[in-house]
Amino acid sequence: MKNSTKYIEQALILENRSLATGVYQLVVKSPQISAACSPGQFVMVKVADSSDPLLRRPLSIAGADPDQASLTLIYRVVGKGTERMEQLQPGSFVNVMGPLGRGFDLSPQRLLLVGGGMGLAPLLFAAERCCPQPVEVLAGGRTEKEMFWNELFQNRCEQLHITTDDGSLGFCGTCADLLPQMLAGARFDGVLTCGPRPMMKRVAAIAAQAGLRTQVSLEEHMACGLGVCLTCTCSATDGGTRQVCKDGPVFWAEEVDWS
Amino acid sequence: MSSCLQTDLAGIRMRTPIMVASGTFGFGEEFFGFTDFTDLGAIVVKGMTREPRRGNSGRRMAETPSGMLNCIGLQNPGVEVFLQEILPRIKQLDTPIIVNINGNVQEDYAYLAEVLNESGVDALEVNISCPNTRHGCMAFGVIPETAAAVTAEVKKRTRLPVIVKLSPNVTDIAEIAKAVEAAGADAVSLINTLVGMAIDIQTWQPVLGNVVGGLSGPAVKPVALRMVWQTAQAVKIPVVGMGGISTADDAVEFMLAGASAIAVGTANFINPRTVNEIAAGLRAYLAQRELSQVGELVGKIRTGV
Repeated sequence: MKNSTKYIEQALILENRSLATGVYQLVVKSPQISAACSPGQFVMVKVADSSDPLLRRPLSIAGADPDQASLTLIYRVVGKGTERMEQLQPGSFVNVMGPLGRGFDLSPQRLLLVGGGMGLAPLLFAAERCCPQPVEVLAGGRTEKEMFWNELFQNRCEQLHITTDDGSLGFCGTCADLLPQMLAGARFDGVLTCGPRPMMKRVAAIAAQAGLRTQVSLEEHMACGLGVCLTCTCSATDGGTRQVCKDGPVFWAEEVDWS
Repeated sequence: MSSCLQTDLAGIRMRTPIMVASGTFGFGEEFFGFTDFTDLGAIVVKGMTREPRRGNSGRRMAETPSGMLNCIGLQNPGVEVFLQEILPRIKQLDTPIIVNINGNVQEDYAYLAEVLNESGVDALEVNISCPNTRHGCMAFGVIPETAAAVTAEVKKRTRLPVIVKLSPNVTDIAEIAKAVEAAGADAVSLINTLVGMAIDIQTWQPVLGNVVGGLSGPAVKPVALRMVWQTAQAVKIPVVGMGGISTADDAVEFMLAGASAIAVGTANFINPRTVNEIAAGLRAYLAQRELSQVGELVGKIRTGV
């Protein structure tokens, strides 16, 4: 798991377009961060040069193209910060700090990427970087309307399996419901997962039963992203604590105290 | 580099009057590559306790208008790990190191003062104002007699300069400041966070796991400034001003109110170069006002004109 040099960039906005209701794709010009980042890492974005909203917003990296010096972030509008972000126009700037934290270990030969909802954003970047290694993606959402990911994962993975809670697209159920039959063929040697905590816990448990190790990407409220504010502390199975921002956000599932 | 920002704080020789507030700068190492440490007067490390502490469970942070609430609960590796593993690394930085010490009982402060006395750190900041622990800490800082007793106990156990960090959650902060001055404090620092809370109107539950937490950031600045001004008039020992400082203009205000040095807190989370921007801004301000030394600003507020 990689930990790299960090940068602060005043990044030109190239694109900020809606992918679905309340979900946006922000592409910024970010020469240093786009070149330094790896899948699973995140950035802290200051959306406005004002004290309200005060703090930077943590966003996982959904893609990076060092040749174009571009960095892609996918976000859902959930509060004051992302409401401001939604208003940002191409040609203006946002302040981006990163890349932060430890990302995924992509060395296993055959990875299965399991994502729920916005948790699919960092997995998009992982799928892109795995290429030409073949990866399969198991993507879950509540309804068909949330599954705009379908298009984004095209050309980035060998096979895409979709689940929706209401059965409006693909398998009816959650990712974790479909997972056992996917692992039955023993064609994978590692699992990456990002999404709601209960989903990741179940995914890791099912994968462990199949003899596979899982890397999980955790989410927590955080102020600094650098490991100093200590607001994003989580419990580890060794009895100690970890900072999601600095020791993670990607952890081996067995490191995490899920209780 | 010009020496216009050099500051002597209770015997601590600092390159600038710009410090960092405990708990907002880690042990300094996380800011390597971002912050130019030559602009930093002193590093005040994360609040230290005798034993390691995990801190509070549940959600620890909530953003509020121009501020943030936290209820960390003094998560730290304990003084032994600090002395053996962390201090040898950060001593290389050539920046004075001030250790913020905390306890549940008076004996904890005495113990920490003693083990840190010959450790090579430059000063102690006695935290009698953390609002997020169940026992001790802020309980000592809200009553003049107990604040004075902890101060006297620490002074007995150390030859290092002792800065006492005061709580704003009191009726009269100047009265507490006078009590710790009389007990031997070499300086006071203020303010710690203001106790606040936030409620989720969807779930009707408190946002923070600890229900209440400490408010910091630009929202508290006017309150902090008023308390620094009141305290500076009440005591002869130097005052370290903090509370929502994020620009050089803020720093100048605190110094005019009577602060000999200032500390950057929450702003470090947003911009790790805040210390450098304040240093540059202070140099420019002094040049513009044709002042040769930053100390010339201290307490120069013009009231009753």
